[in-house]
Amino acid sequence: MSFRNAPQAVVHDVDKSELFTPEIREAIDAHIAKYPPEWQQSAVMPALSILQDANGGWLTTELMDDLAAYLDMPSVSVYEVATFYGMYDLEPQGRHKVCVCNSISCLLNGSEELIEHVEHKYGVKVGETTADGRFTLKEVECLGACRDAPAVLLDKVYHEKLTPESLDRLIDGLE
Amino acid sequence: MTDKINIEIDGRVCEAAPGEMIIAVADREGISIPRFCYHKKLSIAANCRMCLVEAEQGGRPFPKPVPACATPVGEGLKVWTRSPKAIEAQRATMEFLLINHPLDCPICDQGGECELQDVAMGYGGDISRFSERKRVVLDEDLGPLIATDMTRCIHCTRCVRFCAEIAGVRELGATGRGEDMRIGTYIAHAVTHELAGNVIDLCPVGALTSKPYRFTARPWELTGRDSIAPHDGLGSNVRLHVRRGQVMRVHPNDNEAVNETWISDRDRFSYAGLNGADRLTAPLIKRDGEWQQVEWTEALTYVAEQLKAADSADMGWLMAPNATLEELYLAARIARGLGCDNIDHRLRQQDFRADAADPLFPWLGLPVAELSQQRAILLIGSHIRQEQPLLAHRIRQAALDVDGAAVLGVNPLELELNHRSTQILSAPARMASDLAAIAKALDARGSGVLADLIGASEPTDAHEAFAQALKQADGQGVVLLGALAEAHPDYSLLKALAGVIAEAAGARVGYLPATANSVGAHLAGAHPAILPGAHPAETPGMAVGAMLDKPLGTLVLWGLEPDRDLIDPARAMAACEQAKFVVACSAFDAPSLRATADVLLPIGAFAETSGTFVNASGAWQSFQGAVAPPGEARPGWKVLRVLGNLLDLSGFEYRDTAEIREELAALCAEATPDNTPRATQAVAGPTLTAESGLTRVGAVLCYALDPLVRRAPALARMPGSEFAVRLHPDQAAELGLVDGDCVRLTQGEVQVETHLFLDARVAVGAALIPAAVSGSEGLGAMMGPVGLERLSSRAARSERG
Repeated sequence: MSFRNAPQAVVHDVDKSELFTPEIREAIDAHIAKYPPEWQQSAVMPALSILQDANGGWLTTELMDDLAAYLDMPSVSVYEVATFYGMYDLEPQGRHKVCVCNSISCLLNGSEELIEHVEHKYGVKVGETTADGRFTLKEVECLGACRDAPAVLLDKVYHEKLTPESLDRLIDGLE
Repeated sequence: MTDKINIEIDGRVCEAAPGEMIIAVADREGISIPRFCYHKKLSIAANCRMCLVEAEQGGRPFPKPVPACATPVGEGLKVWTRSPKAIEAQRATMEFLLINHPLDCPICDQGGECELQDVAMGYGGDISRFSERKRVVLDEDLGPLIATDMTRCIHCTRCVRFCAEIAGVRELGATGRGEDMRIGTYIAHAVTHELAGNVIDLCPVGALTSKPYRFTARPWELTGRDSIAPHDGLGSNVRLHVRRGQVMRVHPNDNEAVNETWISDRDRFSYAGLNGADRLTAPLIKRDGEWQQVEWTEALTYVAEQLKAADSADMGWLMAPNATLEELYLAARIARGLGCDNIDHRLRQQDFRADAADPLFPWLGLPVAELSQQRAILLIGSHIRQEQPLLAHRIRQAALDVDGAAVLGVNPLELELNHRSTQILSAPARMASDLAAIAKALDARGSGVLADLIGASEPTDAHEAFAQALKQADGQGVVLLGALAEAHPDYSLLKALAGVIAEAAGARVGYLPATANSVGAHLAGAHPAILPGAHPAETPGMAVGAMLDKPLGTLVLWGLEPDRDLIDPARAMAACEQAKFVVACSAFDAPSLRATADVLLPIGAFAETSGTFVNASGAWQSFQGAVAPPGEARPGWKVLRVLGNLLDLSGFEYRDTAEIREELAALCAEATPDNTPRATQAVAGPTLTAESGLTRVGAVLCYALDPLVRRAPALARMPGSEFAVRLHPDQAAELGLVDGDCVRLTQGEVQVETHLFLDARVAVGAALIPAAVSGSEGLGAMMGPVGLERLSSRAARSERG
């Protein structure tokens, strides 16, 4: 969406040096430095990833509000980004995320089977976490790995040309 | 880029400016292109795809249909809006839009005036090919004004863009993606902006509708009547939707010079006050302490007898500044016909020392539309968003402009402006010295008291920056005085200083007229020192302050409640009680009138009378009555006409308001709006000084302005208007008070118990205590010394509780 007066800055009434930890602030600042000062909101995506990783794989409303304050942007703009992209989770997640690509190439090459297999074997539906909290099963849009479909993103590593058996072995290897 | 080019739309040659969008040219030419997301006042989103058209440029056809709202025109462009290819694209878009849209038009409040319904008639199929399940979206509570049915939303994002671009608050957003996309606030909270109601008009479907109006009428039952909004000084052009003698809702009328295409929530929802239970419907006379309903003849004869018998020097006329020009003029004629110059409309002013020097026709200082082209705007004592919601929007436009106007403020409270601004937080007792410091930074001298004040001031960096910004505006600057300045005990001094600053900086001075006809009241002569036609009176009468101080024998109250609409409710009530005879002409049966008046005459309120308002930029805007007043109530001008005749005054044979207006217009032929003082102002030193102690800042909040808006139930439910004391944390600490304390508030002889809240936006030395709300009735002056004393802490209360 384009705004005539973009980007709208909102200065929140908080002390930025009280937000997050020094390490997180440093990591976010490194991304902010990549953009012109008035476009620091552009750092919202990498910053959300940093915060999500530091929070056990999911984002709370408080974290998003804090980030809005940190980047001088309206809270709702952060919510818009965080709810749009599949890689941000807004609910508690398992220790690992098994993200099965279900776009056209992977679908044609058996990703549905992979999902069904995981659902039956581990007793989780898409979006759910196993009872032992080991992993969350997610169905995601195209991972961009169509050449070696079906693809699965396991936490931050791509695994390609998977079968139910090879996916099992990967899941078995998770803590 | 003034060069015009020619393009062709549907075979018609149209003139266009390069870079304009196709849809803008087509709209100007009256060629209709269906659209949902495009709005001329908002940025281009191009996300509904309904405006797809076929086009070619320089003989080369575009490969696909293009969105007319996002395709700039160029030389040699040819557009077809109704070709088979365009129609096919539009039909396909329509089919997609209808996939998830519920087929619930019969129970939808938008039914009959729905853009989707209309366009579906033209472009939709008869039968849906979509047999899957439609999506359902949970509704959000957006507060007491806007009702939601988000399942109907087609994601045009007009509301989101309105909030971000016009209101300047990103309260709404589009979360989620694809079919999960939702418009909302994500975390439920009420949309509180004072222009937010405009999203109801913007929403092309029934997703956002008016909560007070919903399910009460269908659009085809309504008759439209043009009118002028009766609240702020802007005079927004509105359209009243009437059914069976009742105003059902209010919509904006476009007028670029005034309200563009918006209206404030106050103008939109105040009509509900017309239909309240406490309308005055028959003339009443108090006999032996009992109210008796009487005929008009009896009531008016009685009033005429009393007025005739009264000593004209012992009589006072207090006129509501949102009365029509005609009412004010007739009242001024009657008062002066009786030999009484004591007539005033400046109900919320307490310092009248500059009356002899004040301009005869004060105004905004510039046309409304020019406000957004200013390069520096200094606001003195104005809670601008509460006082003038749409002028605040014009100021915001100025601030967002390419050059970006410097918006400056000298106020006892920090304004929440949704744009860049620099503000000096200045307690009432410090406002004069802060202005003097700015004047000094501009190398202004002044004379008399001003020279002393300016000489004694020590400009800080903030004052220097203000002076610099005003100077750099290079003639495109304006110094605006608002309602808080008007209520200031040293208003004459503030006006004089504003004049000095403006002169030194080459800027203009402007007044923000607090109500719909404040400017008109000067023309009508509802002013002790001004005769109709804005001529100076030879023998000025008493202003409001003197009328309240000196107990007068006879008082005429027009359209006001003495405990809410006057600067000092305690003094006002006392003055009314001491008067031997009080006649109140009012649309509402207010308890304070019952308590103090001897005769109550029911007059028509907004929408029930014809008349004229003169807006901030001096424009005369006339309107017709849209509905009849309830019961025996009559339009105010008719009441005054009969009264004039009963008093044997000549020339009261008016047939309609047009005749009265023409008579006054002839008198005003020479009057031009001008803010230059007509005499050298000999001002006295400040009455409020650093030693005055804590000063009350009695701001009149948006929904407390006048009797009508106070009676609109939906607006009364808006947050933030409750009666309480707000102090700066430092000030509270100095007084030994903490947040949530129960305090006793002392003003003069009046004592009230209320709660204390801490708010860093209030200046140290000031106590924000709203006026004209329930709880403030018995208090003293809106701005003046006040004492606070702790009764019990919140902790103590919760222990007890």
